[in-house]
Amino acid sequence: MSYKGKFRVWRGDSDGGELKDYEVEVNEGEVVLDVIHRLQATQTPDMAVRWNCKAGKCGSCSAEINGMPKLMCMCRMNTFAEDEVVTVTPMRTFPVIRDLVTDVSFNYQKAREIPAFKPPADVKPGDYRMQQVDVERSQEFRKCIECFLCQDTCHVIRDHEENKESFSGPRFLMRIAELDMHPLDAADRQHAAQEQHGLGFCNITKCCTEVCPEHIKITDNALIPMKERVADRKYDPIVWLGNKIRRRPA
Amino acid sequence: MATGVSAPGRAQIGQKTLRTDRWWLAPLRIGVILAFFVIYATVRIFMNKWYWVDAYHYLTPLYSPCVTSSCVEGSSHLGTWFGNFPRFVPFSLITFVILAGFRGTCYYYRKAGYRSLFFAPAACAVPEPHKSYSGERKFPLVALNLHRYFFYGALVFGLLNVYDGIQAFHGKDGGFGIGLGTLIIWINLVALWLYTLSCHACRHIVGGRLKNFSKHPLRYRYWTFVSKLNPKHGTFAMTSLFTVIFTDAYIMALSAGWFSDLRFIN
Repeated sequence: MSYKGKFRVWRGDSDGGELKDYEVEVNEGEVVLDVIHRLQATQTPDMAVRWNCKAGKCGSCSAEINGMPKLMCMCRMNTFAEDEVVTVTPMRTFPVIRDLVTDVSFNYQKAREIPAFKPPADVKPGDYRMQQVDVERSQEFRKCIECFLCQDTCHVIRDHEENKESFSGPRFLMRIAELDMHPLDAADRQHAAQEQHGLGFCNITKCCTEVCPEHIKITDNALIPMKERVADRKYDPIVWLGNKIRRRPA
Repeated sequence: MATGVSAPGRAQIGQKTLRTDRWWLAPLRIGVILAFFVIYATVRIFMNKWYWVDAYHYLTPLYSPCVTSSCVEGSSHLGTWFGNFPRFVPFSLITFVILAGFRGTCYYYRKAGYRSLFFAPAACAVPEPHKSYSGERKFPLVALNLHRYFFYGALVFGLLNVYDGIQAFHGKDGGFGIGLGTLIIWINLVALWLYTLSCHACRHIVGGRLKNFSKHPLRYRYWTFVSKLNPKHGTFAMTSLFTVIFTDAYIMALSAGWFSDLRFIN
């Protein structure tokens, strides 16, 4: 069964733009991206939209639908009433290039600032040995598809452009947590997380977790454990003393 | 210069948020609950009365342990550690500092407070009203990193509450007894312990700080147990908030003589 859906789509570029109204055919079983594609095919051939897999695994079609950061390919049309106006805008934390496409290079810059996995100096490649139980905690974080919806919704940079320089955002603090929890990583991630990547900015309001299409518990399993590890180092004299006299490795 | 979602280069959209759902409802509801609890607890700790039911040995959790010479007779079942407090100082000052500190620095309540009381942000993708934001890096918010110390305190007070719970199996004639108050006290105890053990700091302390679980199998088991409780920490936080209020209100009512306890045994 199909109907004419009411859509408001932001059209424009970095010089300006506006929300434009469209009526587009919507069919049973479709997602927002299907309708945006039909809009592009039938009414607005010049509309820019980034997409790839249409299966929620490539992280390309991130946008804001009725104000909430979502993947367009994972947002089903049957979650809206037939007479409801569906507003689609680009992510509002990053500079817009055109229409629904944003410049997410901020994230690639932040990714480059995190040093790669660093094994202990006395362990050679090929000699890495670890138990499954030691790595499975951080495997959750490897489900990340880098859609950057968590970055988009994080108020630290969404509402404060000036914080972009000193805050890497939930996606990359999660990457640091992943490395810090790795049994063979020997780099000092905790100091870097706090001093260089702005972990202290995070006030654990859990919006990153709320919007994650992979349902990664970013706040509970990555950011809060990382905050506690930083607290061990920076704010807890008892743990500091314990580490000094500890006999077994953590 | 415009900042936030209106910053130069971003899509220029007049509306600060385009959310169409009732995003304001959850922070409003939580804010009202938190405000009610803060007002209730403040009023109660300054009342300095109606916290002990001598007939059944019920002691409200807000006044436990009652360890000053000012406490009514019988309520100091852990002994008298301090002399008389001035009238304007709550007997339960230490209890209040530890338990309010535990909840105030708790990760769940931080989320709830930031959203409902400070609007930082009130809801996801809804702009916050503040011009600048420094997070938990500066005083006083940097002190929230001391949550683990309040957790240790909450563990001690949790054990004291268990002792109070055992004392509450007290009959009118001095022997064993069970009343509705006993059940309420124990329901509150279960809620408090679920809240305390599901805490993020607890999860970190029992094993979360380890890099190699395989070298610490016992701590891994503790961590696995706490990790099962942890996703419900928010639920336990709010449930225990209500059970504390209800338990205190019930004991206050009994102590004031507004109604009598429903007794099942003795």
